[in-house]
Amino acid sequence: MKQFIEFVRKEFYHILRDTRSLLLLLVMPIALMIIFGFAITNEIKNNNLAIYDLAKDAASQKIISSFRASKYFNISCNIHSTAEIEKVFQQNKASIVIIIPAQFTSNLVATNRANIQIIADGSDPNTATSLINYATAIIRDYQASLAQEANIPYQIQAETRMLYNPELKSAFSFVPGVMGLILMLITAMMTSVAIVKEKELGTMEVLLVSPLNPFLIVISKAIPYFIIGIVNVLTIIALSVFVMGLPVAGSFILLLGESTLFIICCLSLGLLISTLAQSQQVALLISMLVLLLPTMMLSGFIFPIENMPVALQWVSNIVPAKWYILMIKAIMLKGLGVAAVWKENFVLVGMTLFFLGVSIKRFNIRLE
Amino acid sequence: MNDKAIITNKLTKKFGDFVAADSLSFEVGKGEIFGFLGANGAGKTTAMRMLIGLSKPSSGTATVAGFDVYKQTEKIKQNIGYMSQKFSLYEDLTVQENIDLFGGIYGLGKKALKEKSQKLLSSLQLEDDRNKLVQSLPLGWRQKLSFSIAIIHDPQIVFLDEPTGGVDPITRRQFWDMIYAASASGITIFVTTHYMDEAEYCNRVSIMVDGKIEALDTPDNLKEQYHTESMDGVFQQLARAAKRQAD
Repeated sequence: MKQFIEFVRKEFYHILRDTRSLLLLLVMPIALMIIFGFAITNEIKNNNLAIYDLAKDAASQKIISSFRASKYFNISCNIHSTAEIEKVFQQNKASIVIIIPAQFTSNLVATNRANIQIIADGSDPNTATSLINYATAIIRDYQASLAQEANIPYQIQAETRMLYNPELKSAFSFVPGVMGLILMLITAMMTSVAIVKEKELGTMEVLLVSPLNPFLIVISKAIPYFIIGIVNVLTIIALSVFVMGLPVAGSFILLLGESTLFIICCLSLGLLISTLAQSQQVALLISMLVLLLPTMMLSGFIFPIENMPVALQWVSNIVPAKWYILMIKAIMLKGLGVAAVWKENFVLVGMTLFFLGVSIKRFNIRLE
Repeated sequence: MNDKAIITNKLTKKFGDFVAADSLSFEVGKGEIFGFLGANGAGKTTAMRMLIGLSKPSSGTATVAGFDVYKQTEKIKQNIGYMSQKFSLYEDLTVQENIDLFGGIYGLGKKALKEKSQKLLSSLQLEDDRNKLVQSLPLGWRQKLSFSIAIIHDPQIVFLDEPTGGVDPITRRQFWDMIYAASASGITIFVTTHYMDEAEYCNRVSIMVDGKIEALDTPDNLKEQYHTESMDGVFQQLARAAKRQAD
């Protein structure tokens, strides 16, 4: 036991003396949260809108003023000819154009049917789709207000509600992803690099010749990163609760428990990488390819798994972060309990055992 | 118990078809300084790794400090010290922290460790530098510190894998003084080296060529046998017959 404590203390010296890396490990989650929370946002506000008003009457003014009132739009210019439409797009003066035809009011009164044309800049399809949705909603509101005045007897209105994320805040979707990414990177990558570093320096050989149990060596190397991982989880949760205003709907203890499981899974993956790599560079490279990219691309963090080709959906199943992110979403956003995440739990435990088993086997081969 | 620290009998290590160490049979007496020589790739390191429990022999028998290399590697580990070819201390730890770490790993008690480290620091004249990071010490000091730490737990045998690589001649001489002192206190020294002048300092020397031990005797006897003035001459004659390429 004394051996073990001495050895863990040494690991802390290594990490604490390397102030720059330590700072990086503790600040990275905060930086990522801020980048994803404030810089990269799915909400699109203050878009430039150009209006081509051919009607120029009370009805068109009403529509225009409701666009002006919306926080999503910012009327940048009025257009006076069809030729100008393309110009505003090309000069980036507007990303959406609304055209109200001259016969708008008369058509509405005579036939109960009138058209408004919306033209959006399709070179950025995601933004364009969102803008068209916002614009359609504003026009529909106007239509509803007309309908009330006209007193039409039958009217069906669809009332939509976004459950678990009523304001459609993007923080809800990225916090679990950032947690998965950070833990994967810090625990798995750093552990593998730390172990390989000892191999590279030759100190591992000295340790293996000593009476220390090889597994004790590996466990002591993992402990500091385990603690840093827990600190990261707490930092991220604190930031998301107090800064992003995203409450933890479910059990905090369960959230912490599942995070611990995921950290252990990442640590064993790091251990596996360390048995494959002979130099720190190789360990870093493998970590990048095996950990970073799949966690970014295939975990459902950035791209929805449902939209991927079936083959990639299959591949996503072997990405540990996918299962963790599913669990965190269930616990943090939907407030579900253990019963809802047992399957993900099971998968992560299985993966951990698999990584550990293979590493132990490879470790033994190396000793032969 | 007998008076042999290491006994090997036809100890062999094969990697596939390649025989890295070919039926090595030798004995090392207690307190002896045993030089283990050979060109790169001759099989020195392989032989040493089998003795210190890092590698399992393919066949043959061996005991180290009276313990079997197949079944009692844990016992062996407690009774040997090891200084590897690469630097074996942690450079981002201080002198004292390194001493405490390795003392702790070898299970020294608090009191014993304190005494030991005091003695060690004063004999190396490092008392004032105990809280300095090891990386700030000159290479020669580091190697001497490394050796002192390798024998901090009073092992029966200490294995030194090319301990003086890259060290200046004066420090090398001082290093060998430390080896003599350790030997005088009863520790068996098993040392591999490239330097033929160092071979002269050993009580007995074995020379490996192509995985086999081709010569084993005292330096004086070897020189007489090969009719030459220096160990270098002995080595040249033996190494010329080597077929394997150095790696």
